[in-house]
Amino acid sequence: MSLLLEPSPQQIKDDKLYQEMGMTEEEFAMAEKILGRLPNYTETGVFSVMWSEHCSYKHSKVLLRKFPSKGEKVLQGPGEGAGIIDIGDGQAVAFKAESHNHPSAVEPYQGAATGVGGILRDVFSMGAKPIALLNSLRFGELQTARGRYLFEEVVAGIAGYGNCVGVPTIGGEIQFDPCYEGNPLMNAMCVGLINHEDIQKGVARGTGNTVMYVGASTGRDGIHGATFASEELSDESESKRPSVQVGDPFMEKLLMEACQELVQLDSLIGIQDMGAAGLASSSSEMASKAGYGIEMNLDKVPQREQDMTPYEMMLSESQERMLLVVKKGHEQEIRDICDHWGLYAAEVGHVIEEQKLRLLFQGEVAADIPADALAEEAPVYHPDSIEHRAFPKNQQIKDIRFHVDNPKQTLLDLLQQPTIASKEWVYDQYDYMVQTNTAVRPGSDAAVLKVRGKNKALAMTTDCNSRFLYLDPETGGKIAVAEAARNIVCSGGTPLGLTDCLNYGSPENPEIYWQLEKSTDGMSEACSALDTPVIGGNVSLYNETQAGAVYPTPVVGMVGLIEDLAHITTQSFKQAGDAIYVIGGAKPEFGGSELQKLLDGDISGPAPTLDLEVEKRRQQELLKAIRQGYVRSAHDLAEGGLGVALAESMMDTGGLGASVTVQEEETAAALFAETQSRFLVSVPQEKIEAFESIVTDAAFLGKVTNDPKLDVYQPSGEKVLEAAAEQLERAWKGAIPCLVKSRD
Amino acid sequence: MKFAVIVFPGSNCDDDMFYAIQDGLEEEVEKVWYTETSLAAYDAILIPGGFSYGDYLRSGAIARFAPVMESVMEEAEKGKPVLGVCNGFQVLLEARLLPGAMQRNKNLKFICRPTPLNVVSNNTMFTTEYEKGRNVTIPVAHGDGNYYCDDKTLEKLKSNNQVVFTYETDINGSAAGIAGIINEKGNVLGMMPHPERAMSDLLGSADGLQLFQSMLKNWRESHVLAP
Repeated sequence: MSLLLEPSPQQIKDDKLYQEMGMTEEEFAMAEKILGRLPNYTETGVFSVMWSEHCSYKHSKVLLRKFPSKGEKVLQGPGEGAGIIDIGDGQAVAFKAESHNHPSAVEPYQGAATGVGGILRDVFSMGAKPIALLNSLRFGELQTARGRYLFEEVVAGIAGYGNCVGVPTIGGEIQFDPCYEGNPLMNAMCVGLINHEDIQKGVARGTGNTVMYVGASTGRDGIHGATFASEELSDESESKRPSVQVGDPFMEKLLMEACQELVQLDSLIGIQDMGAAGLASSSSEMASKAGYGIEMNLDKVPQREQDMTPYEMMLSESQERMLLVVKKGHEQEIRDICDHWGLYAAEVGHVIEEQKLRLLFQGEVAADIPADALAEEAPVYHPDSIEHRAFPKNQQIKDIRFHVDNPKQTLLDLLQQPTIASKEWVYDQYDYMVQTNTAVRPGSDAAVLKVRGKNKALAMTTDCNSRFLYLDPETGGKIAVAEAARNIVCSGGTPLGLTDCLNYGSPENPEIYWQLEKSTDGMSEACSALDTPVIGGNVSLYNETQAGAVYPTPVVGMVGLIEDLAHITTQSFKQAGDAIYVIGGAKPEFGGSELQKLLDGDISGPAPTLDLEVEKRRQQELLKAIRQGYVRSAHDLAEGGLGVALAESMMDTGGLGASVTVQEEETAAALFAETQSRFLVSVPQEKIEAFESIVTDAAFLGKVTNDPKLDVYQPSGEKVLEAAAEQLERAWKGAIPCLVKSRD
Repeated sequence: MKFAVIVFPGSNCDDDMFYAIQDGLEEEVEKVWYTETSLAAYDAILIPGGFSYGDYLRSGAIARFAPVMESVMEEAEKGKPVLGVCNGFQVLLEARLLPGAMQRNKNLKFICRPTPLNVVSNNTMFTTEYEKGRNVTIPVAHGDGNYYCDDKTLEKLKSNNQVVFTYETDINGSAAGIAGIINEKGNVLGMMPHPERAMSDLLGSADGLQLFQSMLKNWRESHVLAP
């Protein structure tokens, strides 16, 4: 739309044009009141994106404040591009996770690719060097052509972008459930390494300092992306494909290299990614955080299309762009670095005393808005909350029992469930080795990267079992945090903290809001108990289609510190003769389990219980045993219970097997219950006594053998399962390639 | 011995190559930006992996015209060791320093995995430290690693002992399972697998180390013998 054709302020009000931009009547009235006049077209657009759920968290802010976000090692909590935690030696980790669900639902390749690009910029704009990417994905069960297309293209998009920029994609998780059929989830996490003195902030301080634009030029792609991400998906969503941005990983790589040099300059005052809501959010947030204003001349913004209007420039979500504030007179230092990397570096404005975002265009003022109004004063909603109807119904279901006639077949069936099956087909497409620090590759509980030049390593994981959250949001929220911590501990690390991606349906539905409320309560409690502060994250609401909302899916991305390379532990059995222990006994808990889904076709009943005291003690004891060198392998018990954990521990071990006697009479519970706070470990014979003296709830199950098969005996001595390792491996590794190849 | 690691915009294994030489081989190494025009100061040239110029157009097709390539060709002509890994191999093919071309992997997907290789020829300045026929594990990470050349060229490569590494099993559709080839003169090696990623058991394999050790040993011998 050319400038001349833009509707007048009065027209915008009279014809309620703001509604098309996602603003309500009340919000428009608020904007009018703040300005003391009617906003023009550009201003209305800027208000609407900045006050969208995606940028303002207006429905979730109240809940996010509950999360414990402080800790002695936390150097930067929520509010900047990424949170930062100290790891000693003057170094720290910067990390964050972010969702790109809506774009991935309509244009999966670019949606996923730009999700990766955005989270990388959040981390390197802090001054950190990105060292790892992870992702947490949710899809339908690959039964439809569309579902398989989304899965294949999202994976290809992640690979296409991540491989090119040269940051290893080292881990993550994928779950499949019918609730994600039309609304897949794509959450990306990036971890960066930073020296304390290099930490940057997104601030625009000091009147007269120069505002510079660095990176790719601005086009018309992604306009209103943030608004699109703040509404439900519908048949019309396809028409919003132009709201999806297009990524250029080559440009990102150049920008990343340049930024690592830029952050070394003393003359750099602030830097921020132009992410969601592009130039509008970066400029207003940088000004607001610093208590200053910004005046920008939009004629100077590098543009890749002709006749762009202020509205289009401010709302464009073109990728691979950064906004910088530089000490006046030092612009050439920025230009020199950008020239070297072949990037635009344009002076687009300066910092002003008056706390306003003022935009000039062709000699006229195109917008003049208080910066705080955009960045800080978005309306905050306290939506109604009503207990979700599924909760009491499921709580009433008692005594779920399953009888398993043929445990071997059940185990094989479980290993072929896509959520459990090997994700090799996926990570085979990701370069998980570039930067040559990857000590534990994708496929174990957590991925492990050594820190170059130091005798220490970082463990990282993403987790969330949304089925438990659907059945019981509070307990499920606790489990999500606890499970992530378990994965870190199994790898030999101390959990440091977490970032989250809260993926839910519409908060305007009181039952969904209740899920959000309860699950964040549960997560907060677990974070406090396990001493894992929340240092950042993102909220993605409106994840629903006509078929309904997704299960509440608060993905937890956690990073841990492994203090000595000798502590690095994986889930695979290492040596025949080692003793196998399970830490924690099984209860007949099947609500939300893979066994229930397999046999009943759906989930019901209460989620497994979780005692945070027990969880904490077991994690601490296991970590101590690992550090003392008593543990040869460790694996947390998750989907599919002990049976699946045993099989997984045998995979790729070059011919090791296991012979175990379970403790519980009931085979279904013994092998497949998903009771929480449990671990499967192997211990060298000479360390048995020492191990048992530390780990109080460890029960001896049997031994690792040289015979490549799994033998399971009941307490009575009767054999209930015998399966060749090769057969287990074939089922586990073959499932996803087979599902992908199947055609309707 | 002094190594140069060529860096194009979009190279992303330059640091890995740099550290492999500095920390693994413990020799002198410098990164050389694509705009440089002389490589006379270096004893060996390493062209690392990555996505030079985004691999837009075709892998290696734009990098081949970068200013530094002229001196790469000059030094290659003089007999200096030149090693191209992954994207570096693709650049050498585009520059016609090695015969053949790369196609997309036969499954049309990027492949990243530790890969067993056969050392077909240990009679090159890059492989004397390997036992012939030995199986080594070196990771691959590429989307365009499906090597192609016409039958005549393939015959020639074989009869001249220019095939240096082959995949133990077919992973990407390469002609004759080719993972790495050398020029007729024996000083320019291109290979898709990444020896710089196989420098330590902690990361899964140390089988890449011998490749760099071979380069060092042969350079030292030729320089001791020189008058």
